[in-house]
Amino acid sequence: MTAALEIRNVHKSFGPREVLRGVDLTVPAGGVVAILGPSGSGKSTLLRTINHLERPDLGYVAVRGELIGVEVRGARLHELPLRAVRRQRTRIGFVAQSFNLFPNLTAQENVAEPLVAHRRLARPAARERAVELLARVGLGDRGDAYPRQLSGGQQQRVAIARALALEPDLLLFDEPTSALDPELVGEVLSVIRQLAATGTTLVIVTHEIGFAREVADTVAFIDGGVIVEQGPPSQVLDNPQQTRTREFLSKVL
Amino acid sequence: MSEPVTLQVVPRPSPTLDPQVALRRVTPRLRPWRWLVSAVVLVVLAQFVWGIFTNSHYEWHKFWPFFTRESILDGVVVTLEVVGLSAVFGLLLGVLVALGRLSTNPLIGGLAWAYVWFFRALPLPLLLIITFNFSYFYPRLGVGIPWGPVFADVETASLTPLAIGVIALSLNEAAYAAEVIRGGILSVEHGQIEAANALGLSKARQLRRVVLPQALRSIVPAYGNQLVGLVKASSLVYYVSLLDLFGAVFVLESRHPESLVPILIVGAAWYLLLTAALSILQFYVERYFARGTAHAPPPTPIQRLRRLLTPRGVR
Repeated sequence: MTAALEIRNVHKSFGPREVLRGVDLTVPAGGVVAILGPSGSGKSTLLRTINHLERPDLGYVAVRGELIGVEVRGARLHELPLRAVRRQRTRIGFVAQSFNLFPNLTAQENVAEPLVAHRRLARPAARERAVELLARVGLGDRGDAYPRQLSGGQQQRVAIARALALEPDLLLFDEPTSALDPELVGEVLSVIRQLAATGTTLVIVTHEIGFAREVADTVAFIDGGVIVEQGPPSQVLDNPQQTRTREFLSKVL
Repeated sequence: MSEPVTLQVVPRPSPTLDPQVALRRVTPRLRPWRWLVSAVVLVVLAQFVWGIFTNSHYEWHKFWPFFTRESILDGVVVTLEVVGLSAVFGLLLGVLVALGRLSTNPLIGGLAWAYVWFFRALPLPLLLIITFNFSYFYPRLGVGIPWGPVFADVETASLTPLAIGVIALSLNEAAYAAEVIRGGILSVEHGQIEAANALGLSKARQLRRVVLPQALRSIVPAYGNQLVGLVKASSLVYYVSLLDLFGAVFVLESRHPESLVPILIVGAAWYLLLTAALSILQFYVERYFARGTAHAPPPTPIQRLRRLLTPRGVR
């Protein structure tokens, strides 16, 4: 069976700075991976290469066996035209640290936008679907609010509903709770927890070690642009084999 | 020698509070200076207004006849036509040039830059006169295959003064509008474009649904400024023998030199009116694009009036 997500030997440099230096990661369908690592270790860059917001210099990303952002031509990988990349991105949901809701649209319109754009739904139908999606994150009654009228936790939940709108094969979270006040973290985590329980494939960059332990079936520790150690939480978090992992965990726990 | 200062901390007596006090409404503080300053300003203003109406040099009895004179009204119509058409064409062309300036294609970018440079550099009267004499060096303009057959063309000498005025003003307006629009687009937070990309929205859709609506928040006030400038710049179409409001005033005062002041006042009044209309339009457009940015958009004058007339407590 093909993996939901396969990352092979992904390298990425920004000028002279080598941020990813050969990352390998496989996530089976329904798998939940938590990516941990110190700041500047390449976690976010790795996540952004998955939906091709960053083009890998070397290596590839594949979702359900389909290469993302590139195609094989001869012996080389060629970057796909933007239109094709956009089509692929509809299969990969992305939730950013700072929500990035469109402030000029209401919560409902934010969620409906990808439906209108890609599913060619008429606006009323898209709105109806948007309300259903918002209900799934507990915001069925806030559809008419503009993002600035919502709390951070609510905004992040709208962003999750928006990412879910196109029923993606894979959902990416880039530190989804880092921009939130501590008392709002719980509501977002519980939505992610529900998604994990319903078999959605998730890749979560996070600093919430406790949450990673609880919800992830694989924890990957990344440092210096490579995955230093990966395995079930009980192994990586409680019995790390690498000194770098141990050092990091001793700092954050 | 000064005595060593000893600081004595006197504990403020904590007043015993009637629990009812916590339930009382707080009365706003009185502001005596505000009332005093307002009174002074009102007196000065009253004197000024009084002067306007009592000074016989203004010749107010001549105002209305000149204000509604046919030649002046015709001029107003011409000004409205020139401004309206130039505003629309200038904006459309300006959007294109702004997008060109933001293009990653160096040729398009360079061309758009050159456009802005060229049409901002030329003084408007000069540009008008060049456009007026355009037929001298390009007698015919057509669409066709370069160096090949022409499918359709027009004779440039047949352009009316109105068309010439609108073309010149639009070209000039577009250069300024392009920079205003580009500034607005650049002011949109990068995360927004990234989120739109992550959703796989096409470039056109990103622009229409995400970037432009947010950019317009900063474009509208600047463009309002631009349009007010255009109203006044339109007075220069007099150079291409188009009788707009300014031209009409000019002609009228040379025919009635004895009524110079009332005619000048009539001209000023019309320009004030046109600009006021634009400002009101701008207020409502701005209010529309403030959606989602403030917790509540500013009240309209009508809403404010209604609130003022509603007795307190009922609100």
